Amino acid sequence: MSASVVIVDDHHLFRAGVRAELDGLVDVRGDAATVEDAVRLVLDAEPDVVLLDVQMPGGGGVEVIRQVALRRPAQRFLALSVSDAPEDVIAVIRAGARGYVTKTISGAELADAVRRIADGDAVFSPRLAGFVLDAFAGGLPAQEVDPQLDQLSPREREVLRHIARGYLYKEIAQRLSISTKTVEAHVSAVLRKLQLSNRHELSRWAVERRLVD
Amino acid sequence: MARMKELRRDPERGVLAGVAAGLAGRAGIDPLIVRVGFIAASFAGGFGFALYLLGWALMPGGDGGRAPVERIAGKRETWLVVAGMMLLALAALLLLREWGIWFSDAIVWPVILAAAGGALIWRQSTASDEPAADRPASTRATPRTAAVSLPRDVMGRAFVGAALVVGGALVFLWLNDALRPARDVLLAVVVVVVALTLILAPWWLRLVRGLTAERTERIRSQERAEVAAHLHDSVLQTLALMQKRVDDPREVAALARRQERELRAWLNGRRAVAGDETVALALEAAAAEVEEAHGVPVEVVAVGDAPLDERALALVAAAREALVNAAKFAPESPVALYAEVDPERIEVFVRDRGPGFDPAAVPDDRRGVRESIVGRMERHGGRAVVHTAPGAGTEVELVMKR
Repeated sequence: MSASVVIVDDHHLFRAGVRAELDGLVDVRGDAATVEDAVRLVLDAEPDVVLLDVQMPGGGGVEVIRQVALRRPAQRFLALSVSDAPEDVIAVIRAGARGYVTKTISGAELADAVRRIADGDAVFSPRLAGFVLDAFAGGLPAQEVDPQLDQLSPREREVLRHIARGYLYKEIAQRLSISTKTVEAHVSAVLRKLQLSNRHELSRWAVERRLVD
Repeated sequence: MARMKELRRDPERGVLAGVAAGLAGRAGIDPLIVRVGFIAASFAGGFGFALYLLGWALMPGGDGGRAPVERIAGKRETWLVVAGMMLLALAALLLLREWGIWFSDAIVWPVILAAAGGALIWRQSTASDEPAADRPASTRATPRTAAVSLPRDVMGRAFVGAALVVGGALVFLWLNDALRPARDVLLAVVVVVVALTLILAPWWLRLVRGLTAERTERIRSQERAEVAAHLHDSVLQTLALMQKRVDDPREVAALARRQERELRAWLNGRRAVAGDETVALALEAAAAEVEEAHGVPVEVVAVGDAPLDERALALVAAAREALVNAAKFAPESPVALYAEVDPERIEVFVRDRGPGFDPAAVPDDRRGVRESIVGRMERHGGRAVVHTAPGAGTEVELVMKR
């Protein structure tokens, strides 16, 4: 059984392109161009995965996730974007997306990412890994740190660094002498920290990026 | 003054200005006790009232503001100028009196008042550039805005100055009994002025609003023009080029990627400024160059950043060489560049998914890797390691201490 997917993007050309690339690889159940249509379609079609554009008029991907989550909290999202403004990407992940890939990804890789999200894994592109390392960099006053949420373990950092360097999960597993499942577990743990940590560093970092960029 | 800063008024919980609440909060007692104390002391010859006023003047506001006394002292320069002018006027009058050129004592106060007012107004007009300089850069970017609407406190001071001058003139007239015949005329003038104000105020308001709207529109159209100019210079040109090269997909892809990179940099406002270079920017520039020269996509991920010093320059040069090698020997696969800058060191990884090679089999006369990557890094106190094996791609690891 192949994974089912719905494509949400306000650019017609991109929707058509992604559709053509994914056809035959996964079960494409439809596409939507606006936040409203997307919410309706996702609730109707109940796909395994929603491919979600980060930047859309009317609140963007974050708004779609928020509205769908009210009625279908288990829905899985994969952010797909040309935007690499870190604060936008981090915002979508924190809203609940389980991964982020850039639109330059090939069709086969995208289908693979969809399947992994459908299986409950997290998908980190090199760029997202870089953003996350950036977000968790820098020290905090000791009393403010909840090590369960606000810091990456050395192993998690090592895995993220490998992703940022362009290694695939199975290559990382080989290099670190651990199983692919363990790599996936580390990535999922990082995703959880990213979503749950109220480390104010994350928001401050986003603001600083906006100012610096 | 440091102790005063800890002691703050608490207007939120206060009845009048929050002096009692502030004192009570500092001492850790019920504000009611302090208030009763103030009121009781007020019956003792108004002593409590005076104390309260003093407290208000000296204690800073609860929201981190400054005490009224401090605020006035902050504009010390202006008030010094005003006081100086008054003393000068007084001195001039005394001098005239000494010389026997004397009209009457009635001119003393009017002249001093007028001198103070004049000083305020003149100071305003000569120092009008000064407030513009310490405003934030965002408002300074639109000089026209600054010219049309003066800052509020400048207007306020000019108004006080004008009031002083007019007051001085009136006092002079009044003291010389010149007002009595003029009183009816004055009344008529006041009535006409009030009437005119009532009639003209809406017009004036509309004019001011119209000016603001026009200004906003002008700024907006300037922005639009700038965006249009940029799109024309870059995006439209590239699109035209791409249409001409449709038969060469590789070239088209390279053009598209270059344009994407440029547009992204522009949108992020990261137009590279000479002398303002950083490691991440330099690496991105190197990646863009290699991508353009060899037509191989290079994905750059950078964590952290640092200014570009001599060692970092060497590192970037080595990274560039590694990118060129990757593009040459693995032209069919994308290249990943990962850079991490932390306080102790800079690390750069350049990885391709090409055929890889056997390091032992590289002939000694091939100087590329040995000289321009390993040698360059070692000369600057860093190190370079090449991880590769046939069929496993190549990764060049560069580490430079900071």
